[in-house]
Amino acid sequence: MMYFSRLKTWTVLGVCLAGLLLCLPNLFAPPTNWMPWRTIHLGLDLRGGSYLLLEVDMTTVMKERLDSLGDNARQTLRRAGITRFVVSVQQAQQRLLVRINDADKQAAAMTAQRELAAATVPGQRPDLLFDTQDDGQITITLSPVALKERAAAAVAQSIEIVRRRVDETGVSEPIIARQGDARIIVQLPGIEDPNRIKQLLGKTARMTFRLTDETANMTGAPPPGVDFLPMEGKGGQKIAVRRRVEVDGANLTDARAGQNSQNGEWVVNFTFDSLGTRRFAEISRANVGHPFAIVLDDKVISAPVIREPITGGRGQISGSFTAASATDLSVLLRAGALPAPLTVVEERSVGPELGADAIRAGAIALAVGFVLVMVFMAVFYGLFGWFANVALLANLILMAAILSLLEATLTLPGMAGILLTLGMAVDANILINERIREEVRNGRSPLNAMEVGFQRAFSTIIDSNATAFLAHVMLFAFGAGPVRGFAVTITVGIVTSIFTATMLARLFMVRWYASTRPSVLPV
Amino acid sequence: MFMRPMFRLVPDNLNFHYMRGRFLGLAVSAVLSIASVCLFFYPGLSLGIDFKGGIIMEVKTPAAADIGKIRAALSGQGLRTEGVQRFGDDSSVAIRLEAQTTEAATQVVVSKVRTALEAAQPGTRVLRTDAVGASVSNELFRDGMAALGFSLAMILVYIWFRFEWQFAVGAVVTLILDVTKAIGFLAVTRLDFDLVMVGAILTIIGYSTNDKVVVYDRMRENLRKYKTMPLRELIDLSINETLGRTLGTSLTVFLASLPLALFGGSTLSGFAWCMLFGIVVGTSSSIFIAAPILLFLGEHRLRRDAQPAKAEPGVSAAGDS
Repeated sequence: MMYFSRLKTWTVLGVCLAGLLLCLPNLFAPPTNWMPWRTIHLGLDLRGGSYLLLEVDMTTVMKERLDSLGDNARQTLRRAGITRFVVSVQQAQQRLLVRINDADKQAAAMTAQRELAAATVPGQRPDLLFDTQDDGQITITLSPVALKERAAAAVAQSIEIVRRRVDETGVSEPIIARQGDARIIVQLPGIEDPNRIKQLLGKTARMTFRLTDETANMTGAPPPGVDFLPMEGKGGQKIAVRRRVEVDGANLTDARAGQNSQNGEWVVNFTFDSLGTRRFAEISRANVGHPFAIVLDDKVISAPVIREPITGGRGQISGSFTAASATDLSVLLRAGALPAPLTVVEERSVGPELGADAIRAGAIALAVGFVLVMVFMAVFYGLFGWFANVALLANLILMAAILSLLEATLTLPGMAGILLTLGMAVDANILINERIREEVRNGRSPLNAMEVGFQRAFSTIIDSNATAFLAHVMLFAFGAGPVRGFAVTITVGIVTSIFTATMLARLFMVRWYASTRPSVLPV
Repeated sequence: MFMRPMFRLVPDNLNFHYMRGRFLGLAVSAVLSIASVCLFFYPGLSLGIDFKGGIIMEVKTPAAADIGKIRAALSGQGLRTEGVQRFGDDSSVAIRLEAQTTEAATQVVVSKVRTALEAAQPGTRVLRTDAVGASVSNELFRDGMAALGFSLAMILVYIWFRFEWQFAVGAVVTLILDVTKAIGFLAVTRLDFDLVMVGAILTIIGYSTNDKVVVYDRMRENLRKYKTMPLRELIDLSINETLGRTLGTSLTVFLASLPLALFGGSTLSGFAWCMLFGIVVGTSSSIFIAAPILLFLGEHRLRRDAQPAKAEPGVSAAGDS
């Protein structure tokens, strides 16, 4: 154990030097773009910012799928010439019941329904299960596998939309990632008050253009195929809107906030894509003189009367907009609609000055702890304690190097982890020094005592560190948020401390012994 | 200071009979742990926001905070607060609200608080918002407990592989006793039990195991070295030989945690106090709990394992104690 070949010596020193170099990117800005420049990132609790955990509302995804399936079923049956039927949606069972009242049209109905499955996008797994009963009832169930795929697609699409909306607000370096089955993490560095972003993300922003039903009696229940929807900014006044969507917001290519040149009102100007332009032209041509409704998330934002066919694919939404609300709507329309509503299930926001306070407090604690541990080692272990102290410093550098390489996030608990690692790193040296002291007492020569001391302490060091390592790997696996930063710093610290305590400190001792050849060890 | 050590932690050739105090040690530990378990059920832990759900907002008012006015404004918004109190300086206020029934309601409350603050003292800034919904807090709690449970299991398996099973059982029983005491400490001090605290308890488990491994390692070595020494004497000898290590390793972690408790700020000081308590408990349990348990479990088995050929004398010698 006490012989270091030249190669080994240089390897140990080389690792330390490499560690030092890898720490440097944290102190300087990258000089060029092509150089790999990995640094430790500060967590939101230290630099200030907002963390939002969003949940995708899966029941809405399922409901929409079933509703559209129901609509399709009705249409196919009518096309097949079947008129006497009842289609009912059973949301809890995720299925659709179709009852045909003409006994002789059972077979035709079944064939017609089969088309539903065939009509889904080619290449996609058939997601409908059919079941016929003797009394003429057809049950169409969404298959669990397909439901799962649909849910995953909804989350993926939501992430994309969330990213676009957040990007529109100009937040720098946002992190948007999936968590678990139906959750999305949004991290917004530097955002102290996430209210505006929460508002942007809280809207599904599904915009539809629909015709109104001017004949509907507003006092009774809505007739089939018509909804009574509230008008935005008109104090709860409702308007009868046909359920059928004529043009969807997905057919927009652009939307910009602007001011009406005549009255200075805030408006949102939009442009349709080719399909939307064509559809809109047809609708407006057929309905001149009638109002149509622009519906956003079940609220009518505007219901203008069509004066002339609109064929240019451009339009303007005017409502009771302010500059801010017009801008927000244009952002939402540009980014696209969410497949399902999002709910904020967890929010953590920290202002930058609290983060700065935390860094200061952590830095003071780190400095004081470092000094206390060093003094302890010097007082109780003398020269060998100083070797351990230098190794401790190297350990700190190596930890920073590995955390930089991993581009790890340093959180407040992570700083506590660094401090605890300092206390633990010297433990290995204590075990070694105590063992050497014991072997000296047993009458061994200095070199022999050092040799045996290292050898025997080694397995104890591995055993005691392995258990702590395992405990923190578990914490990383199960923990969430800043506490994972704690688990990361401690596990990294355990690995580096074994290296510095058993290799670097030993190298110091060997070099010192070789140059001084003492007859007694200072233990 | 630069060459020879100035002090010794433990004098050489210490010869103290720890095992004489084994019943006292176990009794004290059992009483403390039972008391802790009782405290866990009543009054219970003060769950932090991670595990309980709810809202905590730290705000800074432009002038000295008018607590009465803020309270009035909050109840004006129809909000029931759990606490509105000053902390640190005159213009810093912490507002706590209970978990709402739904996630969406929680978000509504957060914006209502902002409105109320703006009405009470215009220019008030919200420095920190923590709002955790009920379903998330349940999951965080479940995951935290899973981390604790799996760590204990992993440690059990590891020690089992590296030592005889008696060591593993002794270590894990001691760890459970340590953890219950740490829980009792949290119940008494009313420190918030949250994810960071789970980190503290896991760290205590890790360090406490370190201590046990050091003592057990020496026992294993001495079992091979002194084949006929009664187990009781052998355990005392092993503890005496390793006391310097046990105290030294614990002291360094203690010294590293102390500044965190004193200057670490509100988030980390609770964590650090829990650590400090755990280090003291873990160190004493290595000596007074882990070793006696081994003595009870291992009186016959360990001797026979260590010396299969001429087991009889060893067993009878150990059996006398």
